[in-house]
Amino acid sequence: MSKLYTFLKYFFITFWTVFVVAPFLWAVSTSFKDFQSVNSKVTYIPWLDFEPTLEGWRVLIKSPAKGGVDIVEPYFNSIFVTCTASLISIVLGTLAAYALSRFTFKAGFVRNNDITFFFISQRIMPPIVLSIPFFIFLSTIGLLDSLLGLVVVYIVLLMPIAVWIMVDFFNRVPKELDETALIDGCNPYQAFYKVVLPNSIPGLIVAGMFCIIFGWIDFFFAFILTFTEVQLLPVKVVALNSSITPWWSLSASALVSVAPLIIVAFIVERYLSKGNLSGALK
Amino acid sequence: MNLIGEKISYKPDEQFHLNDVSFNFKKGNLYTILGRTLSGKTTLLKTIAGLLNPDQGSISFEEKDFIKIPVWERNVAMVYQQFINYPHLNVYENITFPLEQRKLSPEQIKKDVDEALKTVGLVGFENRKIQELSGGQQQRVALARSLAKKAKILLLDEPLVNLDYKLREQLREEFKRIFSEGLSQDTILIYSTTDPQEVMELNGEVIVLDEGKVLQKGPAKEIFENPSNLKVAEISNDPPMNVLEGSKNSKNLNFENISLEIPNHFKNLEDRDYNFGIRASEIKLDENGEEFEIELAEISGSETLLHLKRGNSKIIALIEEVMNFKIHDKVKINFNANKFYAFSEDEKLVSSPYGGTNG
Repeated sequence: MSKLYTFLKYFFITFWTVFVVAPFLWAVSTSFKDFQSVNSKVTYIPWLDFEPTLEGWRVLIKSPAKGGVDIVEPYFNSIFVTCTASLISIVLGTLAAYALSRFTFKAGFVRNNDITFFFISQRIMPPIVLSIPFFIFLSTIGLLDSLLGLVVVYIVLLMPIAVWIMVDFFNRVPKELDETALIDGCNPYQAFYKVVLPNSIPGLIVAGMFCIIFGWIDFFFAFILTFTEVQLLPVKVVALNSSITPWWSLSASALVSVAPLIIVAFIVERYLSKGNLSGALK
Repeated sequence: MNLIGEKISYKPDEQFHLNDVSFNFKKGNLYTILGRTLSGKTTLLKTIAGLLNPDQGSISFEEKDFIKIPVWERNVAMVYQQFINYPHLNVYENITFPLEQRKLSPEQIKKDVDEALKTVGLVGFENRKIQELSGGQQQRVALARSLAKKAKILLLDEPLVNLDYKLREQLREEFKRIFSEGLSQDTILIYSTTDPQEVMELNGEVIVLDEGKVLQKGPAKEIFENPSNLKVAEISNDPPMNVLEGSKNSKNLNFENISLEIPNHFKNLEDRDYNFGIRASEIKLDENGEEFEIELAEISGSETLLHLKRGNSKIIALIEEVMNFKIHDKVKINFNANKFYAFSEDEKLVSSPYGGTNG
């Protein structure tokens, strides 16, 4: 019985690992191929099956004038928009979440839970519903096709995630911890940043990670709200796919697109396993 | 120079959490607040700390209006029943936190913290993380933080309730020592608990609280010997005092078809109906006694608690040895009539074996 269990366990772990890793390996090998090696027959092993070339990678940094696609600028645009929007969302979202978790709001029939739901409801709507209002809004204030406009829109998209995660997190931090800080001589602001915030690092990391992921992978709004002045990475990558699909540079750009998320995942994983609140907050 | 509360009421919803509570706490004394869960003990402590503002009434300390002073400037200390410490700080930093908040000199801080660590017996644990400590040790850290502050008002909200039996006994002993050694003469110590035994052992002034109302105030011995009404008698005894509805006539005490001789302290009572009170420990097994049916038998430590029934009366007897009984068996028991309390039908104390009356 236990042997069968062990076998099944390792079988599925292996199966899943292959399932996840194989496309990556395929993309890595494809990015070093040329037209011939992709289109003539199936090739696997570099130097034996095909002659590796850096052409797929070079195209990404060459300027369009020299026949390249230049994803460097969109890359930094994406980093800027994602990081700025995530940071602002986390700061505002954390403050909002703390207020929703600790204070009681009453406005007519509206209570704390209704306000929290209102935040989350922004994510329930399909994005297409929001696209026209956002387009009109940005064109009215003159921020269409600009980095600032994208940051504004991404804050609207990311802050609900931050609020949602942090409300849940703060609800699990006992109120008595804030009260103890007050009794020990902190005013409410000091209690928040000296006691509550340092104990909320795991929550902040999770919220930050989700914001970065959702901001980074967004294609829809980046596509609709920008034209020529500003382009984000996902739009540029998709634009690579023209009448002849350049599989080699498409693979290379896909790899550089996911790289930041993989790095974030590795850093976050280390922090998450370290930070836990058990014991002290029983 | 006392901490004085006058007619404090707090009613955040339909029910009173505090109802017309008044007190006068003097420096250098220990006060215990005895009451069941949800009786308003925590609310009262939080009101004194300043975490809650009463709807009515006033609190003054050192002749200043305490309610106008925000929590963080009141210089009180509080230990919660949950073990509340700062999880991101180690033991030493936890204790220094309030002192640094008050911007004391580093030498002063070091001196105060070392003293507090010594008092609670945590020397050598300075660099431990809070999460690595046991429940009892975590509560000691919380106590050390409160002691190191040298606050003029020290509030302890059921500090032992979440600890296991053994540790509770041990820490209770230590508390008595800490309270007598580690506190200065101008500290007011307020300790809330549900456990009558804790109240007796700490032996301070007691306030019995129920449904937000003060039922009785007085020294621990007085509360135990002469509970002013049935409610207090129930709250201040564990297991609660047994109540038997009965009557007195010129010859006997009668209840549930049992007749007892009139004890001396009942001699002057009017002949009428009473609620008789008797402690569980004053009921003994006796071959020649009265027959009761066993509803439940619990063994706790070296004692056996017998839940007994006869007619409409249910009582609990505390037998000081471990015995096995079968449910629905009959046992014969004997009441020590000399330890009977008499309460009037409106539940006020009429006569107590210790001589107290309440009209």
